[in-house]
Amino acid sequence: MLTINNLQARIEEKEILKGINLDIKPGEIHAIMGPNGSGKSTLASVLAGRADYEVTGGSVQFNGKDLLELSPEDRAKEGLFLAFQYPVEIPGVSTTNFIKSAVNEKRKYQGLEALDAAQFLRTMKEKMKLVEIDQSLLSRSLNEGFSGGEKKRNEIFQMSMLDPKLAILDETDSGLDIDALRIVANGVNQLRTKDNAFLIVTHYQRLLDYIVPDFVHVLYNGRIVKSGTKELAFELEEKGYDFIKAEVNEATA
Amino acid sequence: MMDAKIFFNDIYKSQDQPSDLLKAFQQKNWNSFSELDLPSVKHEEWKYTRIKNVFTEAIQYNQDKTDFSEEELSKVKLPGTAKANSLVFINGFYQPHLSTLTDGTDRLIIKSLSEASTDEDADFVNEHLGCSNVYHPDGINALNGSFAAHGLFMKVKKGKELSQPIVIYHFSDSRPGFRFSQPRILVSIEENAIATIIETYHKIGNHQSLTNEVVEICVEKDAHFRYIKIQNEGANSNHTGTTQINQLGKSTAHAVTISLSGEIVRNNLNMVMRAEFCESHMYGLYLLADKSQVDNHTIVDNAMPNCLSNELYKGIMDDNSTGIFNGKIFVRKDAQKTNAYQSNKNILLGQNSSANTKPQLEIFADDVKCSHGCTIGKLDEDALFYLRARGISEKNAKALLLHAFAADIIQQIELEDLRNYIDTLISERLTITI
Repeated sequence: MLTINNLQARIEEKEILKGINLDIKPGEIHAIMGPNGSGKSTLASVLAGRADYEVTGGSVQFNGKDLLELSPEDRAKEGLFLAFQYPVEIPGVSTTNFIKSAVNEKRKYQGLEALDAAQFLRTMKEKMKLVEIDQSLLSRSLNEGFSGGEKKRNEIFQMSMLDPKLAILDETDSGLDIDALRIVANGVNQLRTKDNAFLIVTHYQRLLDYIVPDFVHVLYNGRIVKSGTKELAFELEEKGYDFIKAEVNEATA
Repeated sequence: MMDAKIFFNDIYKSQDQPSDLLKAFQQKNWNSFSELDLPSVKHEEWKYTRIKNVFTEAIQYNQDKTDFSEEELSKVKLPGTAKANSLVFINGFYQPHLSTLTDGTDRLIIKSLSEASTDEDADFVNEHLGCSNVYHPDGINALNGSFAAHGLFMKVKKGKELSQPIVIYHFSDSRPGFRFSQPRILVSIEENAIATIIETYHKIGNHQSLTNEVVEICVEKDAHFRYIKIQNEGANSNHTGTTQINQLGKSTAHAVTISLSGEIVRNNLNMVMRAEFCESHMYGLYLLADKSQVDNHTIVDNAMPNCLSNELYKGIMDDNSTGIFNGKIFVRKDAQKTNAYQSNKNILLGQNSSANTKPQLEIFADDVKCSHGCTIGKLDEDALFYLRARGISEKNAKALLLHAFAADIIQQIELEDLRNYIDTLISERLTITI
């Protein structure tokens, strides 16, 4: 589904990604872990198409298309979804209206007819239950005055409405209490099918107690330096990142 | 400026002989005009608005009579105002035969200023006519005052609520040439009365026009007044207008100014709080393209304690357009416990668009709450990316954000049909703009 080959990117003059290789197949959940500043969020942003980053090398194939050639909106319409680490507050735009535009633009792209008001409402009600989000929250301005937990739940709600092929969750667990974490994880687990995939970017192993990954990768200094199964996450939790850093430094020394 | 004198005498000579009161008023204004002349950009209040040449050019043209058909009016009728009190001005002159009044004389009185200056309203006219002069010691206000005798007087009677808003349609017929108009309106909203006035401007023909208007409104004790000014006259239309609202005790005033096009547009809006517990709200939206220039100067003058004023102006400038905002708030020595808030926000879309904004607070009392803020910027890139990352095209995402930016002001229009109309107008403009 997603094949990242030697991806390099920088922001202004600073090299952040120094050659990422990653292959994600339908039905898989991948977790990317790593210390602060290792490039985790940059990878998420580059995949979603944020213009601040300049891709300096490598390639990304997404369902047979050159992802890096697509605009952010076309990436989304092709089935890529980024749950933001810091969802933006947009006064004056209600979540309901916004998600309706997004859903219908995607449907148009897929050659489907726009959902009518009743269909849209039905789908929305169904998905709202999934993330235990209240109607009143969705008629308010997008994320404006939402708590940290509400913002993250809103991200998962939008994800469920857009039904992506590949969802990237960028530190969705940061700033969440245990209840919110459970709700978010539960949403993800219910949306999981054999045809879609998830890339979960996180600092801590905590989220992975709820969403069990098939693969865990450690990103350090712009490269994936270690890959394994969920046991790797436990090891990291126990030992911290220092042993990885030591291994890497030894190897390059 | 003798040219001007000859020119104006020519246009206004057909008018009835004004009353002594108006004659004196006109003379006083003419003297001011002769002394002050028209403001150049050296005049602090006209620093960004080069208006002198427009006036000089305007008065060189012969102002022929107009052949106005009622069809013109039906073309521009605002939605939801079919039953409204509809007043028509052509080239600055009130047209009774084209105007229709829904509210009867038990509630609403409309008559010429000339008549009002000689009947039971003479004291009111004497007291309030020209109340805006003091805030605008420039030749422009005085020039309008020099020919005020053809003006209109309106009164909403004590304790009455109008069943319908008053919609004033101003037409400038520029088919024969550069059209210069000077509407003059004096309004009394008596004690405990409730009324809404909407002004809208239209140009017929392709030559230039200049409308130099003065509207003075007194909102008396416990009265509630709403005012909406809609400007969408198109290119080649120039406007210099002053609306002053004098407020007496416990009254409320609410003004919304929407400017969508025009060549050079200057709006002065003054809220003068002359008694305690007045409340006033001023909202403005300017959505500009091409080389439009819109200059909003507002004044809130708090003379007495315990008043509240709130002000929010927003601008979106594309192409080579310019938005100007100047917001003065005076809090006089006795005006303790004043609450005055002001905010001006601008988004620049065009490479050559610009915004000039200047809050100007002069506070002489010591127990007040006043705040002001202004911003000039681009569209929020993070918000734009967020929307695009959800699959919304760049164009639609921009339109969505700009519309949301403008919505704060649009929502201030209480009349639903009119609000929806303005909303549609703005939505359409935004999709063309970007």
